[in-house]
Amino acid sequence: MTAETIRRPARRRIRRDDVAKLLFVVPAAIYILLFFGYPIVKNLTMSFQDYTTKTFFTGEAPWVGISNYVTAITSSLFGPALLNTALFTAGSLVGQFVIGLGLALFFQKKFPLSTIMRALLLLPWLLPLIVASATWRSILDQDSGILNRFLGVFGVDPVPWLSSPDHALIAVIIVNIWVGIPFNVTLLYGGLQDIPEELYEAASLDGATGWKAFWHITLPNLRGVIGVTLVLGVVYTLKVLDVILGLTGGGPANATQTIAIRSYQTSFVDFEFGVGAAFSNILILISLVFAIVYLRSTRKPVDE
Amino acid sequence: MTTTALITVGSGRSRGLRGASGKQLVYVAIGVVLLVVMLFPVYWMINASLQPSGNTLSAGLFPTNPSWAGYEKAISDQGHNLITSLIVSAGAVIVSLGIAAPAAYALAQFRYRWITGALLAILIAQMIPGIVIANALYAAYNDLGLLNTYVGLIVADASHSVPFAIIVMRAFMQNIHPSILEAARVDGAGQFRTFWSIALPVSKNAIITAGLFAFLFAWSDFLFALTLTTTSDIRPVTLGIYQYLGTQVSNWSAVMATAVLSSLPAIILLLIAQKYIAAGAMGGSVK
Repeated sequence: MTAETIRRPARRRIRRDDVAKLLFVVPAAIYILLFFGYPIVKNLTMSFQDYTTKTFFTGEAPWVGISNYVTAITSSLFGPALLNTALFTAGSLVGQFVIGLGLALFFQKKFPLSTIMRALLLLPWLLPLIVASATWRSILDQDSGILNRFLGVFGVDPVPWLSSPDHALIAVIIVNIWVGIPFNVTLLYGGLQDIPEELYEAASLDGATGWKAFWHITLPNLRGVIGVTLVLGVVYTLKVLDVILGLTGGGPANATQTIAIRSYQTSFVDFEFGVGAAFSNILILISLVFAIVYLRSTRKPVDE
Repeated sequence: MTTTALITVGSGRSRGLRGASGKQLVYVAIGVVLLVVMLFPVYWMINASLQPSGNTLSAGLFPTNPSWAGYEKAISDQGHNLITSLIVSAGAVIVSLGIAAPAAYALAQFRYRWITGALLAILIAQMIPGIVIANALYAAYNDLGLLNTYVGLIVADASHSVPFAIIVMRAFMQNIHPSILEAARVDGAGQFRTFWSIALPVSKNAIITAGLFAFLFAWSDFLFALTLTTTSDIRPVTLGIYQYLGTQVSNWSAVMATAVLSSLPAIILLLIAQKYIAAGAMGGSVK
């Protein structure tokens, strides 16, 4: 009897406590479902519907099977957009990573003012991307931009950075590298800090310093962080819109069209939301492959 | 991976220039050169904004004859948009922290079996391309009458920061020792009281970091501004710049002045709240 009377109120209190605890996560759960879960489902259903501006008036969006995907993939811009996406992503990543690693290694040295310099280096990443686009558009201007004026000093003819289809993709990659460097420096610097000093000391006793230490100590120990940096870089570069829209709008002559730009323009310029959703699902699919690689690589340290 | 670094970044104090060895001074010099190269575009933006209207592009290296005409034009054209951005960003901070802080606390302190799953979902949420969200929200907002509203933009912009804020604050709140929370519970405080008067004050730094980034992310938002507004009534300044750029740019000093004004939050926060920004950059790398 005593056990019963004690346990019952206790159990009720625990239950109320459980409800209180759940209330902490309910708003976030609802928010994530509405603003991340719902869009994924909605994009999936939209991509199988004839979803256009008309839909907003009539409420009708007939099912059309996979025809939106067929339209997207057979469109004349799909091939070039896919190629540009690959080139833009690879080019941005290589540039950001190499420069980022160089800067991270440099800032590992102990010298005065290094902390504040590293902080100031974050600025390109904190600025609104559209600000970066606007600024670089003036810098890259063919006739009077400062870059061409600078190159002119060395006798280089003015380069039509943004107005020629041969140069525009290189130009947007350069700008995206500039934007992405702080992100790479931060992650890689963090990784470098986590390598125990003793490893270098032990290696230097064996005569491994400089490049040797870099190859045999730094790189192997940094492998995990490098993997995370690159995969996150891919995922974030795939979805870049602001930089390209602000610099070239996908032009000239579609030279900077990417899958993300295609998705935006099909939905919000042509108002073909079904086909636009098909494009963005293709983008998700590509990201997903890299996301799985990422989750695998971050899982490992947790399991250890 | 990001959690340990989050706490230590920015704690290292650099010593002054005095007492530095010759080798160190060389490093300082190299660092300055690297910084000048990296930040040149920012300087160029400021320089161009101070040129007299018109042929700004042919500006000299220094604003020897600074003119405020660009700023006058920028404020008369974009002042309203700057205020819109301010309202939307402040709103996004409140929404984001209000949703993320309790969740971060729960994920840090309560023992649930599904926590790994929830964290996984948060990480994946961060990777979803914004255009996917915009696509779906446009249709939903159209039905709900949320296009061209502050509320609509604020809750959409919060999506830039909610996952980030949860991750950053959780990393910090994991270090709150359960004993101080239990002490409050023994004194009769409920879960909400314990959270509000013990956990939140202790986590002040992480909350400031998450809040600052929520502001910067919303302030920088371009995608939702572009897709979820269709009139000029509620137009964030990022969209204002885009529209400046869209037409043939005739007045570069006004464009650059607007760009400078839109960069002020980032520049100011980097200068006065460097500690929080540096801390967030590490956790924010998962942005």
